[in-house]
Amino acid sequence: MADVVHPVHGEVHRHPAPTNFIRKYIFSTDHKVIGIQYWCLALFAVFVGMALSLLMRLQLGWPGQEWGFLKTLFPNAAENGTISGELYLSLLTMHGTIMVFFVLTTAPQGGFGNYFLPIQIGADDMAFPVLNMLSFWITFVALVVLLSAFFVTDANMINVIGPIGGWTGYAPLSALGERAGPGQGTGVLLWITSIALFCVASLLGALNFITTMLNMRARGLSLMRLPLTCWAWFTTAILALLSFPVLLAAGILLLLDHLAGTSFFIPGGEYVSGQLVKEHAGGSPILWQHLFWFFGHPEVYIAILPGMGLTSHLLSTFSRKPVFGYRAMVYALFAIGLLGFFVWGHHMFISGMSPYSAIAFSLVTLTIGVPSAIKTFNWLGTLWGGQIRFTTPMLFAIGFVSLFVSGGITGLFLGQTSIDIPLHDTYFVVGHFHLIMGVAAIFGMFAGTYFWFPKMFGKMMNEGLGKIHFIITFIGVNAIFIPFHVMGMAGAPRRYASHGNLEYARSVMPLSRFISWVAFVTIAGQLIFLVNLIWSWIKGPKASANPWEATSLEWTIPSPPPHDNFAGILPDVHRGPYEFSVPGASTDYLMQTDPESAEEHGH
Amino acid sequence: MPSTLTTDIGIKPGVGGGEFGSGDGGKFGSGPSDSKDWPPGWSSEDAAEPEKYRIGMWVALASILMLFVALTSAYIVRGVPALGGGPDDWLPIDMPSVLWLNTAVLLASSVTIELARRALKKNEYERFKSWISLTTLLGLAFLGGQLMAWRQLAAQGVFINSHPHSSFFYLLTSLHGLHLLGGVIALGFVTVAAFRMRIGFKRRAAVQVTAIYWHFMDGLWIYLFGLLFFFR
Repeated sequence: MADVVHPVHGEVHRHPAPTNFIRKYIFSTDHKVIGIQYWCLALFAVFVGMALSLLMRLQLGWPGQEWGFLKTLFPNAAENGTISGELYLSLLTMHGTIMVFFVLTTAPQGGFGNYFLPIQIGADDMAFPVLNMLSFWITFVALVVLLSAFFVTDANMINVIGPIGGWTGYAPLSALGERAGPGQGTGVLLWITSIALFCVASLLGALNFITTMLNMRARGLSLMRLPLTCWAWFTTAILALLSFPVLLAAGILLLLDHLAGTSFFIPGGEYVSGQLVKEHAGGSPILWQHLFWFFGHPEVYIAILPGMGLTSHLLSTFSRKPVFGYRAMVYALFAIGLLGFFVWGHHMFISGMSPYSAIAFSLVTLTIGVPSAIKTFNWLGTLWGGQIRFTTPMLFAIGFVSLFVSGGITGLFLGQTSIDIPLHDTYFVVGHFHLIMGVAAIFGMFAGTYFWFPKMFGKMMNEGLGKIHFIITFIGVNAIFIPFHVMGMAGAPRRYASHGNLEYARSVMPLSRFISWVAFVTIAGQLIFLVNLIWSWIKGPKASANPWEATSLEWTIPSPPPHDNFAGILPDVHRGPYEFSVPGASTDYLMQTDPESAEEHGH
Repeated sequence: MPSTLTTDIGIKPGVGGGEFGSGDGGKFGSGPSDSKDWPPGWSSEDAAEPEKYRIGMWVALASILMLFVALTSAYIVRGVPALGGGPDDWLPIDMPSVLWLNTAVLLASSVTIELARRALKKNEYERFKSWISLTTLLGLAFLGGQLMAWRQLAAQGVFINSHPHSSFFYLLTSLHGLHLLGGVIALGFVTVAAFRMRIGFKRRAAVQVTAIYWHFMDGLWIYLFGLLFFFR
């Protein structure tokens, strides 16, 4: 290997590592440090979001129950220790916003993508390192702004914990300020500001990802030799690039409705909280839905595509087999991304849209099932006949496939206009998107963490704890979210603080309480993950350069990698990333840099 | 210099490179294409830099375009009668007459930045300096003119919250103005660098990229001008 590397114009260390603490760990331009910063931010955010869901589960399982600790936690919003309707709604809004933006969008792309895209393409950093640093810090400020909504008080100095309109922030209630409910004034302003900042940060990130992948690949690394993870990050970046500006536009319009007295989203004659809205007229609440969902649907894929890429990568690596249908996987990724831009209307079937439009949206939506099925069958094809190594990352990747199937199939129900009408705004929808967008994507992140932790921190994670974590989480999420579908079919509406006082939905109460219990156990199970992380980071056994016997470029360099990744010597790539069990090869895997390959292909 | 230098982009140093997407083989680094004759001290790394700025700029323009596409769709949905939509509260504003002048100024600036770019390509520094300074001034003049248009409207009592058309007018002109201000700042940097005789390889790329951005902002203005005053 040493005889084929080419020095880059004689310089060995193009970027000397910064020595002072602030430039090295805080305002760092090193994509690896930024990746870890994103990952830590997402880890923090996911625990905040999970804590909020814990409070919601308390309310849903035991509506109206007094909880002493809530009095200290929310002295105003929960003065009796019970969760009021408004408090419940703000818990829900903050849970959704934190999870969607600061976990699902942040960790897979900003975290793992930042860390591993440059290494997997054989580059020494991102194309625009300073921009990369900016995009992380803008994300950080966005999170701080969002969390500050917890501490907002309304005009009567009553502490509310943020906006109450849900993560979709539907107009006009999100545009009318305080009179639409506590938290809808300052709380919503903070929410919009946070999201606008997040849009800007994501755009800078997407710009960086696309340019890096197009311009900085190592010699010999043609597009069809890229790991599927890179393709997934690239497709995700394109989706982000084209969808976040639309959310930004919607955010700007909403902000103007709040602050400048315009009426983009507020129709005339609104009667809210006993008051007639006189100063606005003519706006279109449906416009908000169109703009929001034009972003919102691609956002679902922004969350899950990196997980798909990683799953393909892991299933191949741990089955010791090439990925089944590499090109089909790449084209399917693109097809999912492309179609994702033409289906936003399926979130709005009951908004009064023309049934003809609804049928068009429905058809395109169901069409996404085709590339999704291609991916699923190719995953199964990759597993078939493989010598499967059931490591923790592999278990999570298999779990991803399982959740992708359950979440995807329920999508086929909701994608049909006639079935969507009774199921709309019920727990069926909540179950569906938690399975596919929430938990499947989270499984991708867990898989990524267990797989890449050795590379990122130079230590192995504990396999035993990892497997216990997997079993608890896998059973837990299914036991939580599959009953959601049952509740939905029974008609239980989403966003209600309690189902106990709905005559027809009262029968779901025992199920709801069961879900709460499972949720507590599953959340406790995540502490095992946290312990594993911290313990492994401090005391874990040292990781070798390639502990998983994987083939892509990040495994050719030490764990953790040096500051400029390849120590100034950019790699030469001779083969694709999934050359496992190649007949006649001396090992059951061939690294991408392995020159042996070039000769074989000549035969 | 090691003889193994290669480049994965097909541009020559000193010229600033072919246009993005002109179809040079291996432009996106899809494989090795053997070395151009780099001047001493130059390497593929130096040439890859301008290329990445150019790709980055086109990618950025795609996202800026989407922002205005979204606002255009809002403009149509919110009720342009000419486009068959919306409630009947649409009351078009009178076009501030200064906008014609502004449009002419911005068009002229596109011509001057192109002249500047070509002068730099031929290494005619003096002409480059005058054209790039003129472009910066024209950019500032356009922004000043847009402020005058706002003042004309405000004098008529038309503000952002007066009615939907005025809301869109103020919103779109200020978003375009902000983006153009970014371009003026970039031009300012390039101009200062030109007068300090510091137009190296990287700054040539900056000129290229700024020119692309500037033309885009010019085209965007023509589009917004047409949208706001000919589809109302």
